[in-house]
Amino acid sequence: METQIILLIFVLVLSIFLGVELITKVPSTLHTPLMSGANAISGITLVGAILSSGSSEIVTIILGTAAVFFASINVVGGYLVTNRMLGMFKKK
Amino acid sequence: MDTAILVNLFYIASSILFIVGLKMLGSPDTARRGNLLSSSGMLLAVLITLLDQNIIDYRYIAGALIAGSIVGYFAATKVKMTSMPEMVAIFNGFGGVASLLVGSAEYVSGTFDNPAFLGAIFLTVLIGGLTFSGSIIAYGKLSEVISGKPYLYKGQQFVNGILLLAILLVGINMLFIQGFISSEGTLILLIVLAFILGILFVIPIGGADMPVVIALLNSFSGLAACAAGFVILNNVLIVAGALVGASGLILTNIMCKAMNRSLANVLFSGFGAAPDAAAESTQEQGEVKPISAEDAYLILEAASSVLIVPGYGMAVAQAQHAVRELGELLEDNGAEVKYAIHPVAGRMPGHMNVLLAEANVSYDVLVEPDDVNPVMETVDVCIVIGANDVVNPDAKDNEGSPIYGMPIIEVDNAKTVFVSKRSMASGFAGIQNPLFFKSNTRMLFGDAKETVSTLVSEFKG
Repeated sequence: METQIILLIFVLVLSIFLGVELITKVPSTLHTPLMSGANAISGITLVGAILSSGSSEIVTIILGTAAVFFASINVVGGYLVTNRMLGMFKKK
Repeated sequence: MDTAILVNLFYIASSILFIVGLKMLGSPDTARRGNLLSSSGMLLAVLITLLDQNIIDYRYIAGALIAGSIVGYFAATKVKMTSMPEMVAIFNGFGGVASLLVGSAEYVSGTFDNPAFLGAIFLTVLIGGLTFSGSIIAYGKLSEVISGKPYLYKGQQFVNGILLLAILLVGINMLFIQGFISSEGTLILLIVLAFILGILFVIPIGGADMPVVIALLNSFSGLAACAAGFVILNNVLIVAGALVGASGLILTNIMCKAMNRSLANVLFSGFGAAPDAAAESTQEQGEVKPISAEDAYLILEAASSVLIVPGYGMAVAQAQHAVRELGELLEDNGAEVKYAIHPVAGRMPGHMNVLLAEANVSYDVLVEPDDVNPVMETVDVCIVIGANDVVNPDAKDNEGSPIYGMPIIEVDNAKTVFVSKRSMASGFAGIQNPLFFKSNTRMLFGDAKETVSTLVSEFKG
């Protein structure tokens, strides 16, 4: 168990460095789409929500199902609105 | 092959899609494809998760997925571009509350008592909860359901201190004592405290500082997902959450730098709540010189280089289409037209860029303060539309000013400055703007959209 946690912390640290490297170069023109696109990614918690919603205990199901609902608004809405915004960025 | 290994391989694939997608979001040419890649990563992760053998009942999952997708679809397709800041805020909040619910669901199923897991649950619920309530308040402020003014009260630090102490105690009870309060009681108490923390965190922050808050809440929604990843021991949640957390923090940092203020100053000073000493030093200003749109047209017609500086006022007046039309007419008239955009103009990072993109302004004519300030002397006419603090020369000249040191767009160095403004009321921060009294400044009073439209019709003559 402890080794697994250490491994996950390892993943966490590397991901943060990766995130910093990736985002530092984003031009300010794209700050809003970047933010809403990143926001859609944070809806990844949907994965955890699905697992809870599919359980057998009633309280877990209720909490999990509510989580699926909110996370899928976040995911679907976030990606669509980002796509809509990016569609408007044009160069003549 | 073991299904668990297969599932994890697919999670790695979706992590790669997120990473590449985010990278492609970094350039306007590839951004749209990047977003598509990132969304296919999400789809992959969701589909693979649905294959999990521990899922007993699919009905609730399906129902909630469909309902959430429909709400998300309509929200995303119906929202006006001017309402984008509150949209982003509310989506952040939903991400946060989803993580909170996942953490809570794991906690009540109570399959572990390892302090590391409980600590992860504690963080998930805390960060998720404060992201949610903070985002709701931010939504309220941005959509003007509640006042955008910073709200300060006596003993604020004390109340915050007590709250943090209470959260700490609940955390200790949750992780180590377990039983001082029942586990359900602990969870509910933690959720309530997290909500209060989120409210108290955003309430004191004024409208013009919202870009910082939105970026920070964005970061929190990622960190909440990341913490949830530690609860369910899932790599993809940790990777994706950390990426979002990092990107939000970088944006937060960029916004703070653009205002020359520390994050702590933005969060705790209630900027603009009490304009005091600084106001005095800017009393003897002289007179403002109004100009009619007709006269402004004559000057614009003769200009060979024009710089347009939009601000939040342009968004409020929905003037972006009229502004684009004016820009095109000026170009047809032979002038070089650029748009200078301050990083904190508007209510979220990149707010002005999105509005101008909506109005079909090509993104390569949008410039940043650092590009345009050195050549400001060569600009014939600068048109300031609904911007105030980001063009306030006090930021470089007046050491007593609250915004002293903030990098600004130095429009006062242009040959002529037109300022489109509703009235002489001071800007958000309650700070007087000496720009309005400069000898090369002319005020175009009235609604931004009407003013610009009048200029447009003068050009069409």
